[in-house]
Amino acid sequence: MRELPVQELTEVVKRLCIETNCQPSVDLVRMTEESIQKEKSPAGLSALKQIRENQKIAATEGVAMCQDTGLAVVFVEIGQDVHLAGGDLETAIHEGVRQGYQEGYLRKSVVRDPLRRENTGDNTPAIIHTKIVPGEQVRLTVAPKGGGSENMSTVKMFPPSAGREGIISFVVDWVRQAGANPCPPTIVGVGIGGSFERVAYLAKVSLLREIGVANPDQFYAEMEREILGKINDLGIGPQGFGGSVTSFAVHIEVAPCHIASLPVAVNLNCHVSRHQTVII
Amino acid sequence: MTEPIKISTPLTDASVRSLKAGDNVLITGTIYAGRDIVHQRLVELLQQGKPLPFDICGQIIYYVGPAPARPGQVIGPAGPTTSYRMDGYTPQLVERGLKGMIGKGNRSQAVVDAIVKNQAVYFAAIGGAAALIARTIQKAEVIAWPELGPEALQRLEVVDMPVIVINDSNGNDLYAEGQKHYAR
Repeated sequence: MRELPVQELTEVVKRLCIETNCQPSVDLVRMTEESIQKEKSPAGLSALKQIRENQKIAATEGVAMCQDTGLAVVFVEIGQDVHLAGGDLETAIHEGVRQGYQEGYLRKSVVRDPLRRENTGDNTPAIIHTKIVPGEQVRLTVAPKGGGSENMSTVKMFPPSAGREGIISFVVDWVRQAGANPCPPTIVGVGIGGSFERVAYLAKVSLLREIGVANPDQFYAEMEREILGKINDLGIGPQGFGGSVTSFAVHIEVAPCHIASLPVAVNLNCHVSRHQTVII
Repeated sequence: MTEPIKISTPLTDASVRSLKAGDNVLITGTIYAGRDIVHQRLVELLQQGKPLPFDICGQIIYYVGPAPARPGQVIGPAGPTTSYRMDGYTPQLVERGLKGMIGKGNRSQAVVDAIVKNQAVYFAAIGGAAALIARTIQKAEVIAWPELGPEALQRLEVVDMPVIVINDSNGNDLYAEGQKHYAR
């Protein structure tokens, strides 16, 4: 049994909230630069260059890349041989978010009640996904998610007969309808299988993958490539200004499901893809 | 890429008419920052026959909820938010003389119709390029509803703020044209 003071989690969450909002990840910078080489549309290219310039300014000045610094989504995998001491897990995480958003000059984008809509003033509460795993480590991921791309997300319960082709046309059509709204170039997170609530989680988790890394299952890797090709043939382009780079990548995550069901979820991520992981 | 067109606020019918979908534009002058709740409140004031917190004639509203400024900065990162959430309110503001909007994403047919009928223009700024855009904002002042925090109504002074024309006063739409041109 390993004892871990929860204050350590608070510190890590705080640091990750600030870093991931202000520092573009290596894969994001690479995708942006590759897209600048590929994009033929003048307006789309201009948008990509401004996006790249913005990444540099944010990193140099230590300010957020996007004013929408997101709802803080936190994934925690806790080894079952860890004893968290000195407080409770969720309070410690919320406290890290509170401190990070305050000290990092990040926007407070959370309302306490969905209909009465009073800002909580400190960007809490976070969305926390906890998983108990073997071992004595804690793996913490902070993934702030902006409202613009989150709003362009969906879940649909298909019959199994919809199959591979049904899913492909659903995802492509969804991205077409979303158009410029989710701040393309997007990363298209697709969950397939599980249950109604699990499939949305799968789509979200797929966005934590390094951008453009294929699903390890060849069947789904091929499906990712096919969907990405079709999306980039839509012509939407960077920021919807027209062009060939509408999405950087399609990531599919799957899970076993009921004999009657084929749940599918699409969780779009904007080009300001933010997530960072630390193992404690 | 054509040279950007420089315009200053307030906008006139003539300056609006000169802008075409796809034009790169640099805006200089006073603009107003407001998003969801500000729009709801502006329209409520109009419906009650009360004055608005600013003279809307010829003005531009930028759909933005900035991040907090660091010490010594005018404003924090300040990129556009998605525009369709304002669609229900925009036609009424355009009818009252609002000439321009800056946001990102598609507008409803009612907004496009109001833009054509009243000779207005809808611009997009680059979503997510918030630190870059903030550099063009020289002054920021909350002029109403400070309790809304990042959503308060602000008056901004901008110099060469980069935007692109999406919907022009002749009914052209860059999103539709761009997609059609590059679809394969």
